[in-house]
Amino acid sequence: MKVLPAFLLEDAAGEASSFPSERPSLICFVKEDCPTCNEIVPLLEAFHRAFGDRLAVLVPGQTADGNALLIERHELTVPVLDDSRLKVSFAYDIDTVPTIFMAAADGREEQMLVGFVRSEWQALAEALAARFGVPAPAIDWSALPEWRPGCGSKSVDPLIADRLRAESENSPLRARRIEIASQDDPFEFMFDQGFSDGLPLVPPTPERVLRMLAGTRRDPQEVIAMMPPNMGEATVEKVAINAVMAGCRPEYLPVVLTAVEAICTDAYNINGVMAPTMGASPVIVVNGPIRHRLGMNMKLGALGQGNRANATIGRAVRLAVRNIGGAVPGGTERSTLGNPMKFTMCFAEWEERNPWQPLHVERGFAPEDSVVSVFTMTSGPVLMVDQDSRTAAQLGGSLGLCLESAFHPKAHYATDVLMVVCPEHVDTLMRDNYSKADLRARIQEVTARPIRELVADGRSAVGFKEAVAAQMSAEELDRRLPKFRQDSDIHIVVAGSEAGKFSGAFHGWATGEIGSQPVSRKIEEAD
Amino acid sequence: MTIIMDPTNERVPVTRQITPRPASITGTVAFLDIAKPRGNVLLDRLETLLKDRAPGIVVRRYSKPTFTKPAPESLRQQIRAEADFVIEGLAD
Repeated sequence: MKVLPAFLLEDAAGEASSFPSERPSLICFVKEDCPTCNEIVPLLEAFHRAFGDRLAVLVPGQTADGNALLIERHELTVPVLDDSRLKVSFAYDIDTVPTIFMAAADGREEQMLVGFVRSEWQALAEALAARFGVPAPAIDWSALPEWRPGCGSKSVDPLIADRLRAESENSPLRARRIEIASQDDPFEFMFDQGFSDGLPLVPPTPERVLRMLAGTRRDPQEVIAMMPPNMGEATVEKVAINAVMAGCRPEYLPVVLTAVEAICTDAYNINGVMAPTMGASPVIVVNGPIRHRLGMNMKLGALGQGNRANATIGRAVRLAVRNIGGAVPGGTERSTLGNPMKFTMCFAEWEERNPWQPLHVERGFAPEDSVVSVFTMTSGPVLMVDQDSRTAAQLGGSLGLCLESAFHPKAHYATDVLMVVCPEHVDTLMRDNYSKADLRARIQEVTARPIRELVADGRSAVGFKEAVAAQMSAEELDRRLPKFRQDSDIHIVVAGSEAGKFSGAFHGWATGEIGSQPVSRKIEEAD
Repeated sequence: MTIIMDPTNERVPVTRQITPRPASITGTVAFLDIAKPRGNVLLDRLETLLKDRAPGIVVRRYSKPTFTKPAPESLRQQIRAEADFVIEGLAD
């Protein structure tokens, strides 16, 4: 038989009772507002009087006020112990009061009874009398009901159970606990500690963090990434704490975890993304069925405010970078201007409105996979306004001309771009059955400039250095360079409302191995 | 008391921020007597010394109702509203 958890509890007078003691023990958990408990406490009193010198009868009660009422109402002398913090009830894992445990002197469980079944209690009384060689207590069993169900133990009350789980010895939480004095305002305290991006945070109490962790099956202590610049250990728990602060619901956590894994890859290079004076930041795009399950916005105003999942997933990732990675403006984060996308930037692709392959399928995943893609932006969404073009070639040309401004019109081969094509523009492109490849080719075609136009000059010193150009032949100077080094530097997604001929573009940062490459990862726990 | 979980990598101890210390004392200085016997003697002496060294300052005296309990919220707010500095004689 298993050994029951040891405990030390006091009664209202401060008299302590401990378990196990040198005697066998009878422990019965009760709650004052439970009718069955009120039915059986006189029996416990009778057991205490009959067997008290050989048997420790211990009655942990679940509320301090209720204990006082029980004692007064039933004139009890049996020790009614204060378990109002419910630690012992929780340790005994009871669902119901009354639950009675009969234990040997060494603490081993001999018997457990739940609720009240008259025959069981009567048998117990007789067995104890026989065991101790004393008369059974005088109880009129026939006056008692045959059985009564118990009531729910307070320790399984949903409002309390999370706290108990968080406080228990086998709590899955390992992060440092910070006590905020009662005279401190938790919201102000978190600002003072530097946890915030400048907006208020939800206090990550142990209860909230536990509820957040319910959103994943992963071990809270699993290290999902070492996060630059300080190489902080991003455990599932630490990410969950930041997700609580950001305002996430638990079901968003798998997306946040996957995005954190994605930005911490060598290819994505969050270290480089956070640091530069240029002011880069991740854009997070979500594809697949999870978009619908989380209620993400992919339509009207998808890149803006107003949707909890979009707003808080992006914010949680940024807070994790700040708090776990240690990237703080003025510290290693040294953006000249900064940009509001550093608060949050996450949206979903409207795949159903996309006539082409959605982003994740194009990047090698199955349509039914849920996928997070991260892209590094330095500006945007820059609006590309064309309400006039009626052919795909015209509109593709317009989008190309707008994209030429990325970094600087004379800076070719310098960066990549994430285009967000709006539904009305999609319709114009599809009027001529444009594929994504056609669109990319058209953008490259209209942006191609002879190198001689891209040389530093009196207008602007950006572009090819004059000394380099001086070494080129006339033929080389006539060679036309498109805006992007390769067509695949143009990433295309569909989002936005049905009305309006306004697409958007996030201009990238340094591309390739020296900079940041877009990374897509499947959300393993999407279903 | 609220307990929160540390969101950081825990390399830095949790610290309470204190108000930045000014370089000189000007304006109004609150003298808070915690209501322990002879606390007023200490504060009287301090007031003399302080007025010698920082002429022009105003000293206002306050007392806690009892030294056994924290200062009431209203007293703390009053001091905050009326004074720039606080000197409190703690314990004995």
